[in-house]
Amino acid sequence: MWRYFLRRLLISIPVILGISVVIFAILASAPGDPFEELATNPNVPPEVRANLRAQFGLDDPLAVRYVRWFVSMVKGDWGFSFQSRVNVDTLILQRLPTTIFVLGSALLVGLLVAVPIGTLSALRPYSIFDQIATTFAFIGFSLPPFFTGLVLILVFSIYLDWLPFIYRADIAGTGFRWWWEHVRQAIMPVTVLGLFQGAALTRFVRSAVLDVVRLDYVNTARAKGLSEWITVVKHVIRNALIPVVTLLALQVPTIFGGAIITEQIFRVPGIGSLLIAAILANDTPVVMAVTFVFSCLMVLSNLVADLLYGWLDPRISFR
Amino acid sequence: MDEREIRNLIGDVKAGRLSRRRFIQTMVGLGLGAPLASQMLASAGIAAAQTRGSYPAAKRGGGGQLKVLWWQAATLLNPHFAVGTKDQDGSRIFYEPLAAFDPDGNLVPILAAEIPSVQNGTLSKDGRTVTWRLKKNVVWHDGKPFTADDVVFNWEYAADPATAATTIGAYKDIEKIDKPDSHTARLTFKQPMPFWSEAFCGAPRGQIIPKHLFETYKGGKSREAPTNLKPIGTGPYKFVDFKPGDTIRAELNPTYHLPNRPFFDTLEMKGGGDAASAARAVLQSGEFDFAWNLQVADEILKRMEQGGGRGKVDIATAGNIEHIQCNQTDPWTEVEGERSSAKTKHPFLTDPAVRQALNLLVDRASVQEQIYGRLGQSTANFLNAPQKFRSPNMKWEFSIDKANQLLDGAGWKRGGDGIRAKDGKRLKMVYQTSTNPERQKTQQIVKQAAAKAGIDIELKSVVASVYFSSDVANPDTYSKFYTDIQMYTTTMGAPDPASFMEQFTSWEVAGTKNKWQGRNITRWRNDEYDKLWKSQETELDLVKRAALFVKMNDLAIQNVVVIPVLWRMVISAVSNRLKNTDVSGWDSNFWNLANWYREG
Repeated sequence: MWRYFLRRLLISIPVILGISVVIFAILASAPGDPFEELATNPNVPPEVRANLRAQFGLDDPLAVRYVRWFVSMVKGDWGFSFQSRVNVDTLILQRLPTTIFVLGSALLVGLLVAVPIGTLSALRPYSIFDQIATTFAFIGFSLPPFFTGLVLILVFSIYLDWLPFIYRADIAGTGFRWWWEHVRQAIMPVTVLGLFQGAALTRFVRSAVLDVVRLDYVNTARAKGLSEWITVVKHVIRNALIPVVTLLALQVPTIFGGAIITEQIFRVPGIGSLLIAAILANDTPVVMAVTFVFSCLMVLSNLVADLLYGWLDPRISFR
Repeated sequence: MDEREIRNLIGDVKAGRLSRRRFIQTMVGLGLGAPLASQMLASAGIAAAQTRGSYPAAKRGGGGQLKVLWWQAATLLNPHFAVGTKDQDGSRIFYEPLAAFDPDGNLVPILAAEIPSVQNGTLSKDGRTVTWRLKKNVVWHDGKPFTADDVVFNWEYAADPATAATTIGAYKDIEKIDKPDSHTARLTFKQPMPFWSEAFCGAPRGQIIPKHLFETYKGGKSREAPTNLKPIGTGPYKFVDFKPGDTIRAELNPTYHLPNRPFFDTLEMKGGGDAASAARAVLQSGEFDFAWNLQVADEILKRMEQGGGRGKVDIATAGNIEHIQCNQTDPWTEVEGERSSAKTKHPFLTDPAVRQALNLLVDRASVQEQIYGRLGQSTANFLNAPQKFRSPNMKWEFSIDKANQLLDGAGWKRGGDGIRAKDGKRLKMVYQTSTNPERQKTQQIVKQAAAKAGIDIELKSVVASVYFSSDVANPDTYSKFYTDIQMYTTTMGAPDPASFMEQFTSWEVAGTKNKWQGRNITRWRNDEYDKLWKSQETELDLVKRAALFVKMNDLAIQNVVVIPVLWRMVISAVSNRLKNTDVSGWDSNFWNLANWYREG
């Protein structure tokens, strides 16, 4: 297994390299200038902008810029934001906890919804419960998060006036109030992301459980006289969740993608909103770093999914 | 009103027969900006008004939290590096200028003890020296006293090209700054300076940073200063925490130099998202107290105001003008590697009749009523504010008939397809602007009217990030202007129009030489205009100088170099309970932050 792991890791390196070249080339050929706002401001002499461009090495040829970026990235220097004039890693680390908190809670909500509903649907396929669950699951993953987000804001913030729709990472206060405020503001973004995830997962859990529940060993368990609860929890779900777990690992990058939009809508100060702001401001080093992190995440979660699969199901061997 | 009458009025103010306020209102009524009017009084030796609004709190603090929302987040907190108003506003919480510009463009002392004036002997008659007396009780947030050394340092810091400060424009013309004593700074300019309040005044260029913390980070090392992100200033609120691109948190400064201020215990400036939902958070859900720069359709704002009842829209004037430019050069012929080269002439837009006709075909009233509502005002002038500079002479008119007569008279005959032509040149033009729903609707209104006058307009819209970029390789930027006419908003940024009006001078013509960084985009050249602009540089009589700017405006308008469409306002949303925000189009939204308070 370690040999397999190492080999996969080595294969990832050229993949990630290739990705970085593509992102860099796309960014470089995209129009825009990080100091654009200075250009349209009559009170800033053009020399200032020229000076800044030179300072940040923007006038060098593309290849030189790429090599410089790559070398410093290898050394652990992620670059320097044009907009904020701080190191990019500081920016990303500042926002990582919020993103992880929101995404983690969303994933948890998704699982808490998907596993019981999916299992119940599978145990009684085509019953009324299954029909309703299926309908909602389809609605759930057909509606994009930016739409459900706006609907929730309209209902819960504007009409009912229950929840805030602007997420604040720094909430003054301590103890219970601090927790309560955090939970209150997280409800909507987490619900939007969680239900979107949950809807798709419900369908996967349902089909996985359906596959398992018909197998002979389940009948054996029942014949042994085990209670329905034990049969389902210990024998059915355990085996049915193997493909679901790998799927989850594969889906992590997708969740990050969905979070970009949700973060923007609710002003969650996470990685996603950092990426959007950086793109709008043509802040290349930040865009590079964030997209690079995303692509590394993609490659890694693929690897983790494969490893997990083998670990959960010993019948699969690594070669 | 002529010069003599204005002088009589100033005399009346001096003798106390006329109130300061009344005088400024009259001048504004004449189209002069308020900042100019008050500078007129200052140069005539009449002291500036000192107070605005009332401030009821009898003690510092106790006001709870102030939450403000900017839909673009501040990304850095050094005012000398500020890229947009978001950064200027963010820094202004902590740093202060010597004086601020109020909504009328008057100078209000902040760190200065008084506004320099000829009467006090602090403003020289030759316009080359200005003496600022500083407040003596001001301390930085770390306890060090604020002195004239800090003023001198800010000049050295910003004027050093290696620092790459965006504020350099205000400081490069200062020859020296003397310190007669620890709390007096005497500025000497390289040449007479009519707009002497550009340096050290107002948030965009005037905020003062502490010498003792930035001294070692001057020039090339400027970006390494740790205080770039952790400001220590003199302002009403002290720094707590800053997340670039997201939130600024601040707390009450217990040693602030004004008594009983500030009112709020803490301040949070949240950034990001979009303008419409920012407006909603103030007007409808009341989550925030103040939201900045709401470029949102007026209809939507009205609905939010009525639906929520928690806040109102605040409209302030500035010099932002949405205008159509007429290309004086030929955008379709390439000369020495560039189109719209200053060496060419536009085939038909150089005919005054065609430009006059176009001017008659822009239905400004419809644009305002149907598209912008309260967000703009139709105007005939390019220079609309401060009021003392606004020309009373220009009128606009929408008349398809008159346009037709003009074109007929000039020999432009309609062809079989209804499009006019003369000497084989057909009146077909490309009209370019950035992609934005309001602008596309405006394009339609102009296109339809033009069609009725036999002018065929092809509409083109370019994504804003391309259009407003300075990418030399891209043919679609506004400064390349590779079309016949184009439309966008240009901003003024300072209550003095000198740099704003420089965009019609011949030395600013955009082209290959200056990599299209010249600001004269229409490539119009006029000796008279150049002369007028040059003479304002040395004209110290503010009344005469205002008259020069009015003439420059009239010249550009009469020649239809540009067609002003809409004078755009600065829109903010303010909670009903928040008082004294007093938004000024000439300064940061926070120019009066120390006096903000909440009622009830």
